[in-house]
Amino acid sequence: MSGMPGKKAKRIEERGLKGIRDTGLDEARLRAFLAHAWHTPKGLYGWLATVDHKLIGKRYVVTAFLFLILAGLSALAMRFQLAAPEAGRISPDFYNQLFTMHGTTMMFLFAVPVMEAFTVYLVPLMIGTRNVAFPRLNAFSYWIYVSGGTMIWIAFAFNTGADAGWFSYVPLAGPDYGIGKRPDFWAQMVTYTEVSALAVAVEIIATVFKLRAPGMTLDRIPLYVWSVLVTAFVILFAMPAVMVSSTMLILDRLVGTKFFDPAAGGDALLWQHLFWFFGHPEVYIIFIPATGFVSAILPTFVRRPVFGYLGIVLSLIAIGFLSFGLWVHHMFATGLPQLGESFFTASSMMIAIPSGIQIFCWIATIWGGRPIFATPLVFVLGFIFTFVIGGMTGVMVASVPLDLQVHDTYFVVAHFHYVLVGGAVFPLLGAVYYWFPKVTGRMLSERLGHWNFWFVFLGFNLTFFPMHILGLQGMPRRIYTYPLESGWGSANLFISLSSLVLFAGFALLFLNMLLSLRNGRPAGDNPWGASTLEWATTSPPPSYNFPHLPVVTHREPLWARPDTLPVIEGLRVDAREVLGGTVADAVPQLRLPSADNSIWPLLSAIAVGGTFFASIYTPWAVVWGAIPISIGFICWFWPKGEPEDEE
Amino acid sequence: MSNTFLTACGDRQSALHAHGANAQKIFDLIWTFSAVAATVWLLVVLVLATALLRGNLAKASRSPLQIDADQERRLTRAVGSATALTVVVLIALTIGSFFAGKSIASLSGSETVTVRVTGHQWWWEIRYPKTDSSQAILTANEIHVPVGESVKVKLDSLDVIHSFWVPSLAGKRDLIPGRPSELTLTADKPGIYRGQCAEFCGYQHAHMAIIVVAESREAFDAWRSRQDANAVTPASDEERRGQAAFLGTGCALCHAIRGTPATGTVGPDLTHVAGRRSLAADALVMTPGALAAWIADPQSVKPGAKMPRIALSADDLNAVVTYLGSLE
Ligand code: HEM
Ligand SMILES: [Cu+2]
Repeated sequence: MSGMPGKKAKRIEERGLKGIRDTGLDEARLRAFLAHAWHTPKGLYGWLATVDHKLIGKRYVVTAFLFLILAGLSALAMRFQLAAPEAGRISPDFYNQLFTMHGTTMMFLFAVPVMEAFTVYLVPLMIGTRNVAFPRLNAFSYWIYVSGGTMIWIAFAFNTGADAGWFSYVPLAGPDYGIGKRPDFWAQMVTYTEVSALAVAVEIIATVFKLRAPGMTLDRIPLYVWSVLVTAFVILFAMPAVMVSSTMLILDRLVGTKFFDPAAGGDALLWQHLFWFFGHPEVYIIFIPATGFVSAILPTFVRRPVFGYLGIVLSLIAIGFLSFGLWVHHMFATGLPQLGESFFTASSMMIAIPSGIQIFCWIATIWGGRPIFATPLVFVLGFIFTFVIGGMTGVMVASVPLDLQVHDTYFVVAHFHYVLVGGAVFPLLGAVYYWFPKVTGRMLSERLGHWNFWFVFLGFNLTFFPMHILGLQGMPRRIYTYPLESGWGSANLFISLSSLVLFAGFALLFLNMLLSLRNGRPAGDNPWGASTLEWATTSPPPSYNFPHLPVVTHREPLWARPDTLPVIEGLRVDAREVLGGTVADAVPQLRLPSADNSIWPLLSAIAVGGTFFASIYTPWAVVWGAIPISIGFICWFWPKGEPEDEE
Repeated sequence: MSNTFLTACGDRQSALHAHGANAQKIFDLIWTFSAVAATVWLLVVLVLATALLRGNLAKASRSPLQIDADQERRLTRAVGSATALTVVVLIALTIGSFFAGKSIASLSGSETVTVRVTGHQWWWEIRYPKTDSSQAILTANEIHVPVGESVKVKLDSLDVIHSFWVPSLAGKRDLIPGRPSELTLTADKPGIYRGQCAEFCGYQHAHMAIIVVAESREAFDAWRSRQDANAVTPASDEERRGQAAFLGTGCALCHAIRGTPATGTVGPDLTHVAGRRSLAADALVMTPGALAAWIADPQSVKPGAKMPRIALSADDLNAVVTYLGSLE
């Protein structure tokens, strides 16, 4: 009792100092306050505890690219084996692990996370706010992702790499035919990394809906942000399906349930339905943000706004919806009733309409503009060139009878690489060139950039185009060797050699990044003369993103007012605060505290990861693991500090 | 190693060399779709190139362009027409695909021969059911069909999912445990057609090929009645020794030879093994040397195959090979 008055006095005194707003502060003091409030401590602790979306985003990108390298090396190894018929360079067992790790890593550990990485980095900057809605969740999702990915690759190093294909069909991956612990690692890693995808999705939806700069009404949201918003909803509805199915798989394997065992009343096809109900949208989870890159890059380099904003937004939403009506086209060969087949043929074909509309709008944009052939634009052009091929072969595999010949052959391998590499990786590389100056403050070399493009572009097309023909000539996929008499030898040798060119193209990208990081030309705030908000702040952006929160009055804010952006005032600068607004019109509503750095997201991720890992060996891990997980979460969410003063 | 291509020069396992009604219908569809796809792609690339050139020739300027209302209207009209055209083309393709599917479905119902195919890791069990004139028979990895007649192939699997695919004769169909399915194929020319399991089924998925031998009705009937007979009884001492070794060392645990005490069902039925063109699902050509190599060490030929190495003395091995070689 006796201590109370003193404490209370101190509180009141602190209050007096608290609540400093940005109103009327001079620029230097404002920046000093903000830098202090949004500061990430130096050293290891700061590195582990940061909740800055830019640091986390960068980390995500680097990690995703490391997984890309691992997956690429697996692919090269496969091409090494397939370069000659009946080659004995790689054993069948190892080969099966290689293509499984390749597919799993590319899909779960590279393509989806790299798209999320860009989202996490860019969205707050593009919508004019200081951080994502749930910064600690953001940190947590990164730690989950990196540990899940590391886990399955360490397993691979110990010859426990997944080997039942990235789709892990049962019964092959089930308790009776799955080899050792391999499918267990696969299943747990999938469930685990999808936790992180879901967390990012929730993150993005909340951030885009609530934290947009004042005046950024729905029809002023940059198209890239629209694309990741649609993606987030697709993730939200698709990912649970694969988490449920991989959990059912691990239960079948470890606890002895019989979900997929036909002999005990289970159903092997159930796995395929669940897996593809996720697996098809998965492709769009990768593709939709890539179209967002295109819509962001294109206007900057043709010097005019994208043609058909509304048409593109509606197409994005349509693609999001339609992506859920297509999963059965992965299962045509299982033999479904004719009526069902016709429905899925029609809906698969229909998705070509919104995709086509987007392509037409982009071409119209170029038609009405004055293209400058900088590297990002060149990658976008390469994207249109290749993606249309993937789209057309997509129409082919949507036809049931046609699919019955090409399904599970190299034709399909060619098709989906045209969609994934042509449709997503090309725009992604364009995006790397486009935003690298913003992130690092330095330009990438344009000269190396063009070399990079041509190697990747030619390498890619020479590697994958001949696969269409091989598939039609009867070469099945997922085979580690083929007979000499098949006549597939020379095409395969050609493909393997071309894959080296493609590989060299990626090496040029990494070389360019490394060189430019040290010696690149300084970028300045807005080197491309672009129109969206991320270019309104310095390169690289300060920890608080914007010293003054911008107000948006136009769809192309920096083109409408090249001199000065209007700003809003009234936020606290001595503590982390962001501005929340209405969903539709982004009318400022309230000031929201934004979470401070914390080590607990990391510790919670370790607890969750350890539990998942141990559960591969004993189901009891789930029981014991609940204890550290609860401790982690309680500390993470423990309220501290004073309640926000009402105003 | 594998062989059946030898006579065929690579065109016996290709969707582009259709030799049956089912495959032919799909082949026509492939061409239609490819032609449409190539045209569309070319149009897109041409328009894109034009757009790039006319914009670039107009001299690039760094300041953002003003939007020209007239031009926007023209662009809207162009995008609108392109979209409408896309819809029309897609509808046409969907209808075409639907009718192709229907006419393939209409092939079934007129079959004169029925074959049951069961997928195993990594070989095919073939069963011809009993007919009026023949008893049910069991063989492996090789299907015989009469030319010009429809054949009903009934599919199932007892272990994992496989997929039955002989591209020159028909599209593929999965073999899913617990879900029997079927397929109709016709061979319109005599010949040997090769097929391969198309669904990844584990370790030796790459070596799970199947051969379809299409022959005249007389040759087929002759083959069928040869299969009806039990295995020949060993004629020489060497063959007798081979049979004894076969029955005595564990081969019989997995393999059956009709007319002997060997009734195993884990591996292929060997009653007429020497009459087949290949071994171990087309991993080897059927020759005495290949038989010996396979039996001596199956794992070096087809690592992971579910046939263990069985210790046989050199003499026993030769005898077993001679004995199996007599099982025409
Ligand atoms: C010395 C005794 C054996 C002999 C002479 C023998 C002979 C053969 C032959 C000739 C084939 C090829 C059949 C064909 O492709 O049509 C074969 C395949 C096979 N055998 Fe045996 N076998 C023996 C023991 C066994 C045993 C003990 C097992 C079971 C544990 C077994 C399981 C299999 C299987 C599963 C295949 C199919 C392999 C594949 O194509 O993947 N065999 N065997
Ligand atoms: Cu198979």
